[in-house]
This record gives sequence, C-alpha cells and structure tokens, in this order.
Amino acid sequence: MAFITVTSPHPSQPGNHTGAFMRQVLYATLPGLAVLTWLFGFGTLINVAWAILVALASEALVLKARGRDIRFYLADYSAVVTAVLLALAIPPTAPWWLTLVGVSFSIVVAKQIYGGLGMNPFNPAMVGYVLLLISFPVEMTRWIAPYEAPSLMESVRLFLGSIPADGFAGATPLDTFRTWAGDAEKLASEAILNGKLAGQGWDWVNLAFLVGGLYLLWRKIITWHIPAGVLAGLALTATPFWLYDPVRYGTPLFHLFSGAAMMGAFFIATDPVSAATSRLGRLIYGFLIGVLVWVIRSHGGYPDAMAFAVLLMNLSAPMIDYYTQPRTYGHKAAHRGASR
Amino acid sequence: MNARIPSTTVPVGQYQNPRPIHDFHGGIHPPQNKHQSTGRPIRRAPLPEQLVLPLNMHLGAPAKAIVSAGDRVLKGQKIAEGNGAVSLPIHAPTSGTVVAVGERPIQHPSGLHAPCIVIAPDGEETWAELHPLEHWRDCAPSVLVARIREAGIAGMGGAGFPAAVKLNLRDGQQIEELVINAVECEPYITADDMLMRERAEQIVAGIEKLQFLLRPKATLVGIEDNKPEAIKAMRAAAEGKPMDILVVPTKYPSGGEKQLIELLTGKEVPSGGIPAQVGVVCHNIGTAVAIHRALEFGEPLISRITTLTGDAFTEPGNVEVLLGTPVQSLLDYAGASAERIGRLIMGGPMMGFAIHTPSVPVVKTSNCIIAASAAELPAPPPEQPCIRCGSCAEVCPANLLPQQLYWYSKTEDLERAQQYNLMDCIECGACAYVCPSNIPLVQYYRHAKGEVRHQVAEQQKADKARERFEARKARLEKEAAEKEARRKARLQASKQKASGANAAAAPGADLAALKKASLEASSAYKAAVKALKAAETDGADPDTVASLRAEADNLKAKADGAKAAVREAKAGGASSADTGTDRVAELKKAVGEASSAYKAAVKEAKAAEEAGDDNAAELRSRADELKAKADDLKAQLRDAKAAAPAGTAAASATAASKPEKSAEQASYEAADRAQKMKALKTAFNMANKQWKEANAALERAERDGAEDIETLKKKVDKLRFKADKAKEALNVLVEEAKKNIEAASGSDLKTLKLEAGRAEAAVRAKEKELEDAKRSGDQEKIDVIYRERDALRREAATAASALQSAIDDQGLKED
Repeated sequence: MAFITVTSPHPSQPGNHTGAFMRQVLYATLPGLAVLTWLFGFGTLINVAWAILVALASEALVLKARGRDIRFYLADYSAVVTAVLLALAIPPTAPWWLTLVGVSFSIVVAKQIYGGLGMNPFNPAMVGYVLLLISFPVEMTRWIAPYEAPSLMESVRLFLGSIPADGFAGATPLDTFRTWAGDAEKLASEAILNGKLAGQGWDWVNLAFLVGGLYLLWRKIITWHIPAGVLAGLALTATPFWLYDPVRYGTPLFHLFSGAAMMGAFFIATDPVSAATSRLGRLIYGFLIGVLVWVIRSHGGYPDAMAFAVLLMNLSAPMIDYYTQPRTYGHKAAHRGASR
Repeated sequence: MNARIPSTTVPVGQYQNPRPIHDFHGGIHPPQNKHQSTGRPIRRAPLPEQLVLPLNMHLGAPAKAIVSAGDRVLKGQKIAEGNGAVSLPIHAPTSGTVVAVGERPIQHPSGLHAPCIVIAPDGEETWAELHPLEHWRDCAPSVLVARIREAGIAGMGGAGFPAAVKLNLRDGQQIEELVINAVECEPYITADDMLMRERAEQIVAGIEKLQFLLRPKATLVGIEDNKPEAIKAMRAAAEGKPMDILVVPTKYPSGGEKQLIELLTGKEVPSGGIPAQVGVVCHNIGTAVAIHRALEFGEPLISRITTLTGDAFTEPGNVEVLLGTPVQSLLDYAGASAERIGRLIMGGPMMGFAIHTPSVPVVKTSNCIIAASAAELPAPPPEQPCIRCGSCAEVCPANLLPQQLYWYSKTEDLERAQQYNLMDCIECGACAYVCPSNIPLVQYYRHAKGEVRHQVAEQQKADKARERFEARKARLEKEAAEKEARRKARLQASKQKASGANAAAAPGADLAALKKASLEASSAYKAAVKALKAAETDGADPDTVASLRAEADNLKAKADGAKAAVREAKAGGASSADTGTDRVAELKKAVGEASSAYKAAVKEAKAAEEAGDDNAAELRSRADELKAKADDLKAQLRDAKAAAPAGTAAASATAASKPEKSAEQASYEAADRAQKMKALKTAFNMANKQWKEANAALERAERDGAEDIETLKKKVDKLRFKADKAKEALNVLVEEAKKNIEAASGSDLKTLKLEAGRAEAAVRAKEKELEDAKRSGDQEKIDVIYRERDALRREAATAASALQSAIDDQGLKED
C-alpha cells in the first residue's frame, strides 16, 4: 500500500495558488482599462492584447532556453500581469514596436535573466517602462487629449505606425501643470487642469484604478500598507508646499488623482517580489515612493515619476526589510537589523 | 482558590464569557470537517491480536523495558520504567503474554523502527492490583505528582510531554492561572469535543486535582465556539466550581499552548521559556481525565480517546482505544479499506504526520487517525517560486516573517534564519496552508531547526572541550610554578644546610639534637603510616586516605631529611678525625636503608598497580627515585671503599670529587635513567590508555545524556593530568639523555643521526660506482673503488655504532 507521505500541513487553502492571485490582479485592472479606452480610444486595449502576446512568447522562449516546464510557468500568469501593467502605462498612440521592445525587455532582462518569477529585484514592468521612457521620450509622452478618442481604425493605424501620431497628441494634466507652474492665470484657464477632482479625464482614470485597488484589498491580494503609504507620502508631502505656494505646487488632490498615482499605489508598488515584505517595511516603502513621486513631479525632469520612484525604492527594499522585522511572539523587542 | 463570581460578562459570538479574552496575531480558518466524527458516541475499540507498545511514546528519554518475551503480564502492570527526569513508565494495556521486545515500525514521520514491547492479549482483561488514593486531598502534593508520573501520564494534547514535570512547582512558586486546553483547534479532530460531551464530570474532577496540586489564583478552561454541546456540558459540570469556562472564537491555532495562554491571559511565554515563567501552567483535558483516573482509581494510562475520521472510513467516530493498538485494527473496525485510502495521517491534518504503514500503533499522543481518499486530500501540487506575497506573515501566530525564513532556510543561512527567530516557529503550518505557491514551508523550517540544534550541540561540545583544555592548561602552569617554587625552596634549604654544617664543624656540636629530631621525625612518620593503614582497613573515604597518605609522605620526607642531616653532621664531624672505614660503614648502612626503602616502595607500587589504584604511577616513580638514591649511595660506597685504604686524605678527596661524575657513576646514571624512562613510558602508556577509555566513556555519557557527567569529567581530567605528568617526566629524561650524548660525543643526537645517515648514503653511492666500474671492466679502477668503499663502510660502521652507543648509553632506545 503506497500512501501519500508528505509533511504537514496536509490540506491547503482551496483555490489558492499563484495563478489565481495573478488573475485577480488582472481582473482588478479592468475598470482602469475601461476608462482609458473610453477616454483615449482603443489604443490601450490594442496595446494590452499585443503586450500579452509578446510577454507570453518571450517568456516561453526563455523558459525553453532555460530548460523549464513552459506550460507550468506560463500558468502562473505573472508574465501576463507584467505585460498588462506596462501596456496600461504606454500611451495609446504607441506603435507596435514600442510595446514589443518594452515588454520583451521586461520579461527577458528584468525578470528571466534574474531567475524568473520571485527572483527579480526590480519591478519588471517598470524596468521596461523606464527603458522606453529614456530611449523613446517622444513616443512615450504622446498622450491623447481626453474625450477626443480616435476611432478604432485610427487606433489600429497608429498601432501599425501607418499614420503619424502627432495629429492626435494632447498634453496630460501633469504636463500642463509643469509647463505653467507659477502662472496663476494660465493654470486657471487651462481646461485640462480643471476636471472634477483633478486633471480632466485623468481623475476618472485614477478613480477607476482606485476601485480596482480596493477590489484587490477586499480579495486580500494586497495589504493596505503599500497603497496607504504611497498615497500618504504623496499627499503629506504635497500639502505643506501647496499651502506655501499654491501657484507653483499642485494641490494634494491633484497629485493623488493625476498620472499614475492610483495605478502606481495599488498595482505597481504592490508587486510583492520587489517590494519590502514586513508590514512596517511596506508602510515605509510605500511612503517613500509617495515622497519620491512628489519630488520628481515637482522638481525633476519628468512630468510623472511612478516608475523612477518604484525602482529607486526597489533598491532600498532589502535594507528596509532588514530594519523592520516585527516583534516575534515571546520577545521583548524586535530584532531591528542588529545581529546577535 | 477563591471562587470567582463573574460580575460582568463579555460576549464571544453567541456566548457570554465571565472575563474578557484576548487575541493573538494571525491564524487561519481552514474547513472544520468536524461533523464527520461527531455523529457517533465514543465506542470501545476491539482488542487487537497484538498490542505494540513503543518504549518512546512521550517526549523525553525512552522507557526501559522490565519484561521480556514469554513474561505474563496483567492489565495495568508496569512493563517499562521511566528513564530519567523527563521520561515515563509504560503499563500493559491488557493482560496477556509478552511475545517480543524488539524493533517495530513506530509513530514517526520517517517511518522509523524502534524498540517496542509486543503483547499478545489473552482476552481475560485481568487487572493487576491497583492502589487508588481515595483520600487524595490528604496526600502531600509530591506524593500525588509521583503517582501521576508512575501512571505514565503524558500530555494528551499532542506533544506528549510528561504531565508530572509540569506539576512540579519550585518552592514558593505561585501559579496565577491554570489554563485548561479544551480548544481542539485542528480540523477533523473531535476527541476532546466528544470527551467533554460525554465525560465532563471526569474532566472537572481532574481539573480539581490539578487545582489542588498547583493552587492557581484562577482556572481558565478554553473551548472554541464551534463546540456548542461541549460548552454546554462543561458549563453544567463546572457549575459552582472555581473555574471559568471561556469560549474562544474558532481560529487555528488557538489550541497551541502559547496561543491559548495569550488568548486567555494576554500573557506571552518568553521565547525559549516555559509558561511557568509567567505564572501559567497549561494542561489538556485528556490529561486532566487521565490524572483523575490515576489518583481516584489508581489506573495507569493504558488507553485514550482517538478520532477516526476521513472519508475512507465508513463508520467514522471516536473510539476509546488501548495504547499499542495497531492502526490497521482501527481501520478494519471502522470500515476503511486499503484501496480507498490515499493518505493516512496520525494526528491532525495541520500538524499530524503521514504514516507509511498501518501497522503503526496508537500511542499516548495519537489523538486522531485520518484515513483520507486521494480526492479528500490529494497529492500536493508542485512547488512554485515564492513571490513574497506575505500571506504567510499575515497568518503566522508567532508573528514571524515566514517568507524571509523560507529564503534563509532554503539557502541554509542559519545565522540569518535565527536572527529572524526561526526557533520561535511552532510549526503550526498556517503559513504553508495559505501559501499560494504551494511551498511546504514547515518542512524547510523543520530542516533548518534541526540543523541549528545540531550546530548548537556541536558548539556546546566544542565549548566544553575548550573549557576542559583551558582548565588543564591553567592547572599545569600552576603545577609547574609550584614545582619551581619547591625547587627554589630546596635549593635555599640545602644552601642553609651547607652553611649550617660548616658552622657546626666543631665535632658533635649539635649532633645529639639532630639525632633527637631524626628520631622524633621517624616516630611521627611511623605513627602516620599506622593511621593511614588503619584508615585503609576501615575503608575510610578516599579523600581522607589520600590526605593521610600525603601527610605520611611528608613526614617520611622530613624523617629522611633529618636522618641525612644526622649523617652529614656525623660525616662532617668525623671527617677530620675518623678513618675512612667509619665512612664506609656509615655508607653501607645508608645503602642498606635506601635499598630496603626502595624495595618497600616497589612492593607498594606493585600492589597499587594490581589494585588499579590511581596513584600507582606516582608510587612507581617514587620507587624509582628511591632506587636512584640507593644507586647513588652505592656508588659513593664503592668510591669510599676504594678510597679507604688511602686514608683520610683520600676520603676527603672522594668527598671533594663527588660533584664530578666519575665515568662509572655516569654509566650508572644512564642505566638508572633507562630504567626510569622505561617505567615512565609504561606509566604514560597506561595513563594514556585509561584516559582514552575514560574520555570515550564521557563522550558516550554526554551523548546519552547521563547524569554523572561531572564525575566522569573529573576522572578524565585527572587521568589526562596523570598522563601528561608522566609524559612530562619522560620528556625531561629524554632531554637530559640527549644532553648527555652531546656532552659525551661533542655532538647532539640529531647530528649523530645525520652523520650516520650520510655515511650510509656515501657507501651506497660508492657501491653504485663500483657496479658501473665492474661493467666497464677497468680492473684498476675497480680496485680503487673497492678500497674507497671499504673505507667508507668502516666510517659508516663507526658512525652507526657511535649513534647506537649514544642511544644505548642514554637509554633512548625505542621500545
């Protein structure tokens, strides 16, 4: 009689595996994807589909080269999540090769070369994003003015690169604010800066990602620490400066609902592999991302900063973990970095 | 024990608690699956064909069997004895015959075989005579605790820690809370649930006995809110009794000792400590019942309630089963056929272990047998990479970071793992349960913990060895210093004596006084010897004998000194007047005395050696010393005899020439030294051998955790010391011998060896040359080489003999 002899615990939580985790993340991006499509046309949707294809293909290729079980590793959906998050960050006017370069770099270099899922020190989607941003700054900042979505055919042609994108381009609220910061009249007159909550259209995008993020919290895919840290870091840094000079610095609300703030807080910074892992550590990690986002937005060379902030904090995550061990049961105090 | 009157009530779900409860970090809510086994009342499992009782069915040292194959045993009769403080006896669960005492598969995750007592029941169930304690309240707690230990009661919750150990309070120790564990938080298991439903009075009676022993300020019984029937029964049975039945929310692992203590008292057991340190003692309700039965009825622990559950059983439920009953017998009884079983687990699903064969017996800690089909508990899916999602950290009841521990355990970075408090892991399995990557985390932690324990043990061993070494070094240094001091003192004394002798050159100045002193000293010595002998025959303790012996030796030395002084005074006084013949007569007497002393010493040493006495070597070396003295005197006598006819001048010349060793004397010394060296070598070999044996015994003892390690250590140290002393003495002699060689031949032993070797090599080279020459056929050349070779041969022979004689002379011959 050959019984199964494995060590305890014998049962495992039903329906709980990495693939299911990742699928939940994908579901949570749907509101954001829908709003982006509504505001900017089918470009983002096309990008997402194309990115998924590229990601699966490059992942499969590397897995084959590494002699791994392709089907088993593709089933964890981690490549798809990376692809979707990167595609959501790429402007809807992007030609096919931009996504191809970004996603394949994310998967092959930022993830698989480090050893695949769980081994990458940096958020793969953000590595791909930063590569594209510094290599192709024009293509990467060519967003569309909200509510002026091109038709499906136009989006396809933009994707294929058969029509020039310049005709569709419109500045984002962060871009506009950056241009006119200090000029009170202009700031008041620019329509794009005066949406319901923050920048026009982009407040909806951020609200949609917030909804998705709350879904992730509800499904316990993420904990509240990182998003709360990011948003608190961003808002708490923005507030005193805004109070000090409201013409030069945006309102906290503007910062929270512009650019990649909500997507970054709930979807990017929460990548568990490259983030800090203890509860206190995650709070600190998130908070510093928020601070960095505000610093780069207000004083750096780029209008938005989520990718840079996340990558910089990825670098610091091991150290944060080292100093933020929780107090274990039965111990008077936590080990905070000090070795015995 | 003051009866608690609940003033307020605190709600937990639908229940009201008389006092607030706390919470612990993390925890999980796995499917309960308890209903499977609560449908039937507790049944009595049938008597199997054989009962297999492992000698180790508790936490601690295995018991020692006191029966052998063929013995007839009665139900409740002790068949194995506890072995040490943390160990328990085992009793025959039924009457029958011992058919074997030997290796059988036991309850172990690795499918180990271990010594078991196998009993074939006779079906009569004849009880041995029991000794109930009807008036247990009149007994001293120590008597009751001894009874509980003798009843073989281990913690019935799962760990199997001897219950009596937790009941032994230190003097003046106050227990604040007695925590009774009725939580049963693991899924599937209902043994405690059914016990409470059916035997709540016995549980309460057991708790009262625990209260009597521990005198806690409060008694808190914790039950999970998923056992409404049990809560009702317990609250009814405890009505009016000084104990609180507290309902705790269903959450795994509330029933972990540390977690339950935190839940009910808000206290944390210090890391690496025990609950008693925070004034808490925790016992399981099954243990309470066992204690009740042991004291009230004198029944030892021979059976327990075990849950039979899992979808492979057609009649799942709880059974009262005799310890030693093979799982197979229970599978047959409750209708679990082999084909249906995919996984067979002893214990709960969260912390129990898969067993390899159903011949494994039920033991004191077996609270559950799960026979699950492959559908109910399928083979685990393959492990995926850790994504550090942190789910594990969220559920860890010890508030660890399992995701970090996993990395450090996997890479065997034990230092880091310990820094992340690996050793505080209670192996509850909550982390592995929630892990989305299906990583068997607990397995990694168990392995790493094992490695850490191993390392710690090794470290302790090394530390002990270092301590021993350092102690020895310090002692040797101290002894060397003492020796040096003694030497200096002797030097001083002899100088003084010399000057004293000169001063007393006037004949017979204080000869009489010296004689008197000598007589007194020798009579004191004799008295001491007498006392020593008396002590030895009376069998006084070794310390007294040793001190007496030391005293006697001391007195002897004094007496010898006094005698020598008398002799010297006589010689000095007589030197001018007396003839050489007097000197000869004096020396003759001295030689006679010395050699008889030597003979006595040899005899003593031999006797000691035969008796295996510790100081045999010492005695032997003293004998050697005496021999040396005797030889010295003999040489003097010879010289004196030779000088005697030449008259006084010659006699004084002899005295003057004494410091310079004559050739004869030197050879005597060498021979003497050779003998001494031989003796010392023997002494060293013997001591070394004894030391090795003792050391091996010590290591064995350390491994087995024996109690008399300290005595053994002392013995090892003593023997090592002895061996070292012998070696040291030997080395001194060897050095001396080498120096003498140098003095005699003008070159040291090494040079002699080198020279001999070089000469040999030259001969060999020449012989080769000769061969070549022979081949070339040049007769003249051959002749020359012949001559050269012969010269070299002679040289080599001379060198070899010089070396040999040097070695022989100085007694350095290896043997």
